[in-house]
Amino acid sequence: MATTPSERVQRWSRTERAVHWIHAGAFCILLASGLCLYLPSLAEAVGRRPLLKEVHVYTAVAWVSALAAVVALGDRRSLHRTLREVELFDRDDRSWLRARPSRQGRLNAGQKLNTVATAAFAVLFAVSGFFLWLGERDTRFRFANTLLVHDYLMYVSVILLLGHLWLALILPSTRHSLNGITRGWVRRDWASRRHPKWVEALDAEAE
Amino acid sequence: MDRGADARPYGRRAFLALLAGGASSFLWAGSASNVLSPVTSAFSQLLGNLFPVGGWRIYTVSGSMPVFDRESYRLEVGGLVRRPRSFSYSDLLALPRSHQVSTFHCVTGWTVHDVRWSGVRLSHLLELAEPLPGAHAVRFDSLEVPYNDSLTLEQARLHDVMLALELDGRPLSRPHGAPARIVIPEMYGYKGVKWLGRMNLVAKQPTGYWEGLGYDQDAWVGHSNGYHSV
Repeated sequence: MATTPSERVQRWSRTERAVHWIHAGAFCILLASGLCLYLPSLAEAVGRRPLLKEVHVYTAVAWVSALAAVVALGDRRSLHRTLREVELFDRDDRSWLRARPSRQGRLNAGQKLNTVATAAFAVLFAVSGFFLWLGERDTRFRFANTLLVHDYLMYVSVILLLGHLWLALILPSTRHSLNGITRGWVRRDWASRRHPKWVEALDAEAE
Repeated sequence: MDRGADARPYGRRAFLALLAGGASSFLWAGSASNVLSPVTSAFSQLLGNLFPVGGWRIYTVSGSMPVFDRESYRLEVGGLVRRPRSFSYSDLLALPRSHQVSTFHCVTGWTVHDVRWSGVRLSHLLELAEPLPGAHAVRFDSLEVPYNDSLTLEQARLHDVMLALELDGRPLSRPHGAPARIVIPEMYGYKGVKWLGRMNLVAKQPTGYWEGLGYDQDAWVGHSNGYHSV
């Protein structure tokens, strides 16, 4: 099928984009306030520890509440579709993971793994953060390693984030995907090159 | 979308595996961190305090850290003593100096090994003020209001309790409590008042800032605040 460069295909629904940006925004605020609590040099420069602690805790509460609200009020069908795609790895996904050339769907196998890791880390961040908060109030919930778990999650997440930003903002062959997560659509010719199985499935649906 | 019979639920499995690994790390993160500490401390030396893995965290209770002024600083020692004292910073520097290498434990779970402290034995400072027979505890007031804490006189006279003036060979920095802080290696760090401004000898041990928030008065490492190990 012939395609013109200006043709567009819808990649992410508003609900999916809302989930992405709520998570991204909250992560940045939590990271910035958390680092000011954590790094001696920043702690000295910024000061105001009690305020930063409140910013950190209330941002976490707002993050969880906003995600819950989007799931409750948004387009759950699109979320469910994404969930199923992320869960299932077909033969092409498995070859992609072995660095063999393979045709990818709407999400490639790496994007699926990144989604899975981000979701799992979100749960672990929330649980360890909750125990840090609770442990300050009740010694029965004060565990020796809670802070370490929270710290190491941060290090791993920052590394994932740097890779994510590299692919989304800098690498020429992938950075068009930024358009998908901001405006929802991507160019059809780009999608056919990077995600051919997805475009074929869209065409099959349209017929 | 084409989902043939070859699709496997690896995504869900990976999610559950990460959750299980993360949840179990509440048990093994401490030992893993100890194993990794040679690597991480090399990193932290490389990048200074920008990358403090296995290093210090700075806790404060108010909006900003006290600023140390060499000329106007005084450490007052008063209360139930025969000879109330007021030490300037140079007075403190002129006192007999002790050195020790000890491990610093924070109640929130982080630890700094082999910290080199230099300062004045607290037992010596107390002798200089000559506590009266009715004195049973000493209350430490930080210049960072309202941070204060206390020790019994017996605890304050333990051989390794010190008024530290130097950390790792350098005068205490502002985040570490410049110019003087209390160090009690056998207790969690919240008992060691930073930015020390006043020591008062009292008959009855008062409730300090962190004790008011539910932390234990006797903060023995590994045997208080809900910890039962070590």
